Amino acid sequence: MRLVLERRAERSKLMTWLSPLLAVGLTLVTGAVIFSLMGLDPARALYVYFLEPVLWWWSLEELVVKAAPLVLIGVGLAVCFRANVWNIGAEGQLTMGALFGSALPILWHEFQSFPVMVLMLALGALGGALYAAIPAFLRTRFGTNEILTSLMLVYVAQLIADWFIRGPWRDPAGFNFPKSVQFEGWQLLPTLGDGRIHLGAGLALVAVAVLYVVMSRTLKGFEVRVVGTAPRAGTFAGFSSKRMVWFCLLLSGGLAGLAGICEVAGPSGHLQPAISPGYGFTAIIVAFLGRLNPVGVLVAGVMLGISYLGGEAAQIDLGISDKTAQVFQGILLFFILACDTLILYRIRLLRPHTA
Amino acid sequence: MRTLFKLAVTAAMLAAGAFAATPASAADPLKVGFIYVGPIGDHGWSYQHDQGRLAIEKEFGDKVETVYVEKVAEGPDAERAITRLARQGAGLIFTTSFGFMEQTLAVAKKFPEIKFEHATGYKQADNVATYSARFYEGRYVIGQIAARMSKSGVAGYVASFPIPEVVRGINAFLLGAQSINPDFKLMVVWVNSWFDPGKEADAAKVLIGQGADIITQHTDSTAPLQIAEEQGVTGFGQASDMIKFAPKAQLTAIIDDWSAYYIERTKAVLDGTWTSGDVWGGMGAEMVVMADYTNMPDDVKAMAEETEAKITSGEFHPFTGPIYKQDGTLAVEEGKVLDDGTLLGMNWYVQGIDDSLPQ
Repeated sequence: MRLVLERRAERSKLMTWLSPLLAVGLTLVTGAVIFSLMGLDPARALYVYFLEPVLWWWSLEELVVKAAPLVLIGVGLAVCFRANVWNIGAEGQLTMGALFGSALPILWHEFQSFPVMVLMLALGALGGALYAAIPAFLRTRFGTNEILTSLMLVYVAQLIADWFIRGPWRDPAGFNFPKSVQFEGWQLLPTLGDGRIHLGAGLALVAVAVLYVVMSRTLKGFEVRVVGTAPRAGTFAGFSSKRMVWFCLLLSGGLAGLAGICEVAGPSGHLQPAISPGYGFTAIIVAFLGRLNPVGVLVAGVMLGISYLGGEAAQIDLGISDKTAQVFQGILLFFILACDTLILYRIRLLRPHTA
Repeated sequence: MRTLFKLAVTAAMLAAGAFAATPASAADPLKVGFIYVGPIGDHGWSYQHDQGRLAIEKEFGDKVETVYVEKVAEGPDAERAITRLARQGAGLIFTTSFGFMEQTLAVAKKFPEIKFEHATGYKQADNVATYSARFYEGRYVIGQIAARMSKSGVAGYVASFPIPEVVRGINAFLLGAQSINPDFKLMVVWVNSWFDPGKEADAAKVLIGQGADIITQHTDSTAPLQIAEEQGVTGFGQASDMIKFAPKAQLTAIIDDWSAYYIERTKAVLDGTWTSGDVWGGMGAEMVVMADYTNMPDDVKAMAEETEAKITSGEFHPFTGPIYKQDGTLAVEEGKVLDDGTLLGMNWYVQGIDDSLPQ
């Protein structure tokens, strides 16, 4: 007797919904076992990890702050990956967006009225899009693999940013420390009340809504899906795969750039060498967890946000190390991807033939 | 749908309120929070701060309770981590990396009753004090040892970021070395990270390959010293005594000892006498401690001990003139000492360093 995976004739609708729930369930069980083995009360540990981050208002605020850039970048990448365009360099585009957008408050610090914010956001998106245009050009002109070029350009962007922040854009009153002047007035994004939720969260929601409509209701969305799943069919339908590469990279680059300037003008308030804790890379996971669907990305972004916050809470409340928190994140991702198998496959029990 | 949403929000608010109402009573222990930039297991910078945390626990027993968050990224994430400590009732919070400066100030503004201590920063507030250690005092001593122990007359320096603290250390090291051998050479490799064992190890290999037979570092992992051990050259431990990792290679180590300061500040909060300020302590304040002098002849050891004693007593200052900048201009004339302001903002090399400072 053995278990086999058998391919389903078509995607299982039931499993599409059930698989994430199953994954969360399995994670909870595994987590409970791990926590008990560590000598912790599993109920309390799971409470701290998953529930506490969403029970307090300030913590919810932090969750939104953490999830906003992930979602903003993630939706762009979801479209990209749908079309089989592999932009791995969102982190670099984010950095460039942050640099472009920061030019105004740093070089023209007195300009603090409302238009500066609009211009900063526009420049941020432009910076990200321009930077993503490099791999787009290389791919369409020379057939260079965009996975490599976009990834390598991340490090270039970070070094350029580093040079600016340690060099010409350094705060003159800052004892040579690598940090720009503090932004002021409308150079900072407006926040919800006195809290930490900034305009970036709103932009993320708008991006989700717009891309959802584009992907499900418009010809462009159809084009993305066709070119992604069947490039030859796309060619016959008159869709240009080159134009698709440009569209995807400019879109995802622009959104990543927007996320970058939102980080700097939002929670940061100044430019410093560590612009993002790897949002551009984490967003790749978010895009896939969200099944490359804009609404799914929103959910996935929030979920990943919870796992970060929960990991931190667990460090403080339970005294477990940062490593345990990371293991926990890994387990969650593992189960989600594993359970996705059930969408395309079913498990069958094979009985040996009795002769 | 709408009423359902309203209900949910109300319920959430109520729940939040119920959990939020946990005022600290007088009998509660003082909660002391720590934010570390690296993992405790770096056996360097963050490890030493954690030793300070443990010292507080040992000193005050059940009068205090300590909590920490490790590997906090410098940036918006730090503000959240600090806020969390503040929300969860910490009365005193140590944020132990320069990159937490603005975040510490931002959180401190929202929680005026909580005391904050920010390491290596330069901005204070009514409830934010800053502190740092004069590590350069130790660098001068190891520079002298390096000049005595090196056969090639060349040392390699694995450096993190070109901020004043690191530049100051490089300068102090070379000034120490030049006091023994005026022709001593120093090569510097910037790895642009505080903690990246792979990069640090590569940098050490490159430096040894180019002729350095002494490796010193201003990064937090044990990797450079382990490479020195492997390749049969010698070096110095950073932040923490790393002799376990390099029993044959470590000559000594500059240990950051935060225990005394942390205990003093915790006591001040317990007594209600805490005030903001800026402390920059060195060997005299026992913030900078030298590990045992090992793997060296007795006369070198005697020399190192003598310099250490002179610096500890305040008889000698490593940045005593004449000191020339790399471009040949005089930074401080004979017999004078560089002032703290210049030291804190140091962004120039002294003469004799085989590197141009990244600007």
